[in-house]
Amino acid sequence: MTLGRAASARYAAFLGTLAIGLATIPLWAPRFWIYIATQALIFAIFAMSLDLLLGYAGLPSLGHAAFFGVGAYACALLALRQVDGLFPLLLVGAVAAAIVAVPIGALSLRTTGIYFLMLTLAFGQMLWGLAVNWVSLTRGTDGLIGIPRPTLVGLDAFEISLYERGAFFILCLIVAIVTFALLQMLARSPFGKTLEGIRENERRMRALGFPTVRYRFAAFVTAAAVAGIAGALAAMSNGYATPDLLYWTVSGLALVAVVVGGARSLIGPVLGAFVVLFAQLGLSTYLERWELILGAIFIAFVLFVPGGLVGLVRRA
Amino acid sequence: MDVLNLAHGSFYMVGAYIAYSVVVATNSFWLALLVAPVLLALLGAALEVVFFRRLYRHGHLAQVLLTFGFTLVFVDLIRSQFGPTTRSIAPPPGLGGAVELFGATFSAYSLFILGVAIGVGALLLLGWRFLRVGAVLRAGVEDKEMAGLLGINLPTVFTLTFAFGAGLAGLAGVVAAPEFAIYPGMDASVLILALVVVVVGGLGSIEGAIVGSALIGLGYVIGTSLFPQFAIGLIFAVMAAVLIVRPSGLLGRRS
Repeated sequence: MTLGRAASARYAAFLGTLAIGLATIPLWAPRFWIYIATQALIFAIFAMSLDLLLGYAGLPSLGHAAFFGVGAYACALLALRQVDGLFPLLLVGAVAAAIVAVPIGALSLRTTGIYFLMLTLAFGQMLWGLAVNWVSLTRGTDGLIGIPRPTLVGLDAFEISLYERGAFFILCLIVAIVTFALLQMLARSPFGKTLEGIRENERRMRALGFPTVRYRFAAFVTAAAVAGIAGALAAMSNGYATPDLLYWTVSGLALVAVVVGGARSLIGPVLGAFVVLFAQLGLSTYLERWELILGAIFIAFVLFVPGGLVGLVRRA
Repeated sequence: MDVLNLAHGSFYMVGAYIAYSVVVATNSFWLALLVAPVLLALLGAALEVVFFRRLYRHGHLAQVLLTFGFTLVFVDLIRSQFGPTTRSIAPPPGLGGAVELFGATFSAYSLFILGVAIGVGALLLLGWRFLRVGAVLRAGVEDKEMAGLLGINLPTVFTLTFAFGAGLAGLAGVVAAPEFAIYPGMDASVLILALVVVVVGGLGSIEGAIVGSALIGLGYVIGTSLFPQFAIGLIFAVMAAVLIVRPSGLLGRRS
């Protein structure tokens, strides 16, 4: 998005306030709400990666949860084999997801639009089936349990442990901010502009000499890698990895987050992720029928607020 | 109709639950077979008029998101009414036994399902090809404006078609109820299979859907007997193979 100088100053101020506001959560929020906010941040990273695909590249994936799950399982498998260290574990989540994304992307990107959506859905469900059935590796529906959280080199000296909710929340916040910054840079780079050009008019971009499929492929694998990082964080946060992480409704909820928040803005999906997670975890403690409410919120947004939350702010 | 409806599996699930309710209340499977499609068609018509109609011009993504919202609502409503446990109903009297045919034994109910499927398939194929409604629909999908200019009341046609599709999904739910388990979540499993079938066969082609379901069904059965753990994987492998060779499906039009 392009903004005037005053508007971008306001936007930067908003981002700063949001980041600082979030950073204070461990100081005042009850334990349970810190947990929900942590889950929301992880989901926000996941939703931002989907926004790169949906908003910028115009690729509606309904199988993105597969990469989230692959990242979680990769991190879990390694952590259970006594591999310690935050960066190796996050990295392995990203790399594993990217590797899986290579064949899936190569096949799915032969199509666009509705076919792409169905193909990614089918591949996602295929990986979900694999996670359920490949019992020797994944322990099936029981999942991998007892995943330890890594220790952070240097922080042990201050006796800060990632097992503390506050510390882990701050870690997720830092990863989310870094992800946001990197994706923002990517979106504003020539690469991002080319992606948007391809989304708007692929034929013209191809005529201009851009290898459009290769650009889309790069976006697909990048988005998968970011989703893998989110998955690795989810595995550390929960202490388990189960096939549920790969189920297609998780992909659907991520689409919800992107659209409710506002696609093609990166910050929209973050807001959307908080809405979804508060509806899912927050409401479910007070109300039994949270899915119904979330579905209704969602239907209302699609019908009446096409630009999402970000669109509302922009119009105001 | 060129509409992507993720809630179509929900119609199937609701159909199965209506069958369950009717059978529990009246003990008549045949009544359920009559009632469920009608109710689902009414539900489909109502949803089309109130919600879906607004979204045709917004493209597939909006449809996906809206209908995903509905899948959440439906599965939650079903769960609140019937609870999370699995239900089942018995096949109607007379179809519970086994039948000898060509030296092999079949369950009578399986043959009944086969008959219904052939009947519905034939009806759709012939209707799409030879009936006025079929021609109108083909024209409407091809070029909405032109069809409208030729005096076709497209909104009504689309509503009726959507209702008919929902009714068929409900019929499938009723027919499937005695054979498979009835549970919240059955919507997703059937939806994914149906999408795979349609993609393999080619969108907008009823013949394609029939060929696709035969192929996927065979693949699933063979896969289950050869390596049961990865039968689902085999289905998707078939799909991937088809799409590598023909990106628009076996009988789909090349885009």
